[in-house]
Amino acid sequence: MDLKDKLVSSFMAFENNVDVEHPVHDVRTEAMKNFETKGFPSKKEEAWKYTSLKGLQKIDFSIFPKQDNALAYKDVKKYFIHDIDTYKIVFIDGIYSSNLSETTHDGVDICLMSSALTKPMYKQIIDVYFNKVASKDESLTTLNTAFSREGAYIYIPKNKMPKKPVEIVHFATGNEAALMLQPRNLIIVEENAELQVIERHQSLTSNEVLTNAVTEIFAAKSAIVDYYKVQNDASTASLIDNTYINQKDKSFVNVHTFSFGGKLTRNNLNFYQNGEYMDSTMKGVTILGDKQHVDHHTLVHHIEPNCESHQDYKGIYGENSTGVFNGKIIVDKIAQKTNAFQQNNNILISDKATINTKPQLEIFADDVKCSHGCTIGQLDEDAMFYLQSRGIPEKEARALLMYAFANNILESVRIPELKMRINKLIANKLGVNLGFDL
Amino acid sequence: MLKINDLHASVEDKEILKGINLEVNAGEVHAIMGPNGSGKSTLASVIAGKEEFEVTKGNVVLDGEDLEDDAPEDRAHKGVFLSFQYPVEIPGVSVTNFMKTAINESRKAKGLEDMPANQMLKLIREKAEMLEIDRKFLSRSLNEGFSGGEKKRNEIFQMAMLEPKLAILDETDSGLDIDALRIVANGVNKLKSKDNAVIVITHYQRLLEYIVPDFVHVLHNGKIVKSGGKELALELEAKGYDWIKQEATV
Repeated sequence: MDLKDKLVSSFMAFENNVDVEHPVHDVRTEAMKNFETKGFPSKKEEAWKYTSLKGLQKIDFSIFPKQDNALAYKDVKKYFIHDIDTYKIVFIDGIYSSNLSETTHDGVDICLMSSALTKPMYKQIIDVYFNKVASKDESLTTLNTAFSREGAYIYIPKNKMPKKPVEIVHFATGNEAALMLQPRNLIIVEENAELQVIERHQSLTSNEVLTNAVTEIFAAKSAIVDYYKVQNDASTASLIDNTYINQKDKSFVNVHTFSFGGKLTRNNLNFYQNGEYMDSTMKGVTILGDKQHVDHHTLVHHIEPNCESHQDYKGIYGENSTGVFNGKIIVDKIAQKTNAFQQNNNILISDKATINTKPQLEIFADDVKCSHGCTIGQLDEDAMFYLQSRGIPEKEARALLMYAFANNILESVRIPELKMRINKLIANKLGVNLGFDL
Repeated sequence: MLKINDLHASVEDKEILKGINLEVNAGEVHAIMGPNGSGKSTLASVIAGKEEFEVTKGNVVLDGEDLEDDAPEDRAHKGVFLSFQYPVEIPGVSVTNFMKTAINESRKAKGLEDMPANQMLKLIREKAEMLEIDRKFLSRSLNEGFSGGEKKRNEIFQMAMLEPKLAILDETDSGLDIDALRIVANGVNKLKSKDNAVIVITHYQRLLEYIVPDFVHVLHNGKIVKSGGKELALELEAKGYDWIKQEATV
């Protein structure tokens, strides 16, 4: 049985475990119909030209984890930003771990999607927001919607800011030979409220894991959201991340994506600017080796006038790794005075590494500033000579230059401890110890 | 200390150095002057081991050892230092961290432990003071947004930190105002000793008023066409390079 058939037939089993009378279930059923019709995207589709899901569909993934699994904090501490206090929403093989988590209802709600989808007190919010910005058409998103049951639920009321950042962490323990996870997150940041989120998917074994995640973020007027995605997973773990962001007037949403590992990673990052005078920022550092594959697909839809968007992605590709950057910007006819910037710079450090980069601009307004640029290059030989002539060996010199290349992306990380952690991950990824913390 | 024998070097099959002979002993200061395109910077790069240049004949010998197979970092570890005409910007890596890396890599190559942090800090402070470098400057990203003068001063700061046996200053005077020039020259003079040597590459005589050479060599068309004492630099300043070119073609 291929994966699609398995998922379709599992849906009936899934229905035995959720409240089919709840209005959310109508949404699920509708989504399942869409997935059943469309199935997994193939390379024939333009958006999936460079990323094949064929291999993954041959794996016999378990759709539901069979049992609870516990992890001791000391064994997984290193995957948290443990030098600071954070709220934590932690899942082990898709199941919420109350042991590792720290949720709150103190002025803000930082808790579970399963509660939000079932408890009457959240019904009003679910009615307004659930599946309202996520695509009802894109097959992998609808697949996630069909099975939506668990994930992170965050609600920050007007003028509030949680006392500390929120970490959303998914562990896979290898309990199953192959496991498919479909977390569903809903994040609502109301007027003039603020939120910082760090998200990570981490497999702890060499068993196959496939995560198909959907996150919906609603940033109301003057809200500020910083979202950091740390992707440094095992070489048998694949991630399809579908993030949808709906922004209102004067809001700021920044998403940083750090892609350092995993087997196959696809980031579908979609911004919809429903208002004026707002700013959407997407930044990414990708450092790959081995046969790793990362595909960044961004979309910014400028729907109204006077807004800005900034995209800056840096990629370093070694060995047999492959990368994709596809940045789509749509500027509607009425969205005058739009400023949209997009930059994608890449360094290939191996003859066998590949990067496909493609800006895609659809501009229907006439008074806008849109710029895009992409470069693919190698490390500068003069710079290498400079560093080596100071006694820094070739490998370390390369690492320093690569770090310098990616550095400007880190400047906007607003959690210093996270920045330090990312620096360490970069140093590890580059395989060097420079005698100071990058 | 340094012996260059009949050195020929090419880049992309174009011969730039066409038989250089030069001997530099410990305690000496040599100036290499010459018109643009004569091969001055190439000579500096070849001594420091830039791979872009292919040595087709002859060799560079440091303390009796042929440097032919040594990578730039190996030469640095043996005491060669090149102050760059155009230092490279390294965003995100502070001057201090860069120096820590450079020093500890050199120590590692010599089988030494990392320099203790407090000792490193003391050394950095001491050398920064010598070159009148502000402490804030040390936490800035290496060369990023530095003025021409700051870059050059920073090059000499690195030289002071690394204490090379043989320092080659490639056009260190270009882009410096008179105050910066004096500070840089003072720094170099303080670092001079009977055990090390300096090669000053320059187009103009100006820097040589502050760093007084024992020998002056004129490079033209890939060869040293004239050598003399410090008075040769004054003669060049007064008469320009044309007479050298004419003499060389005769």
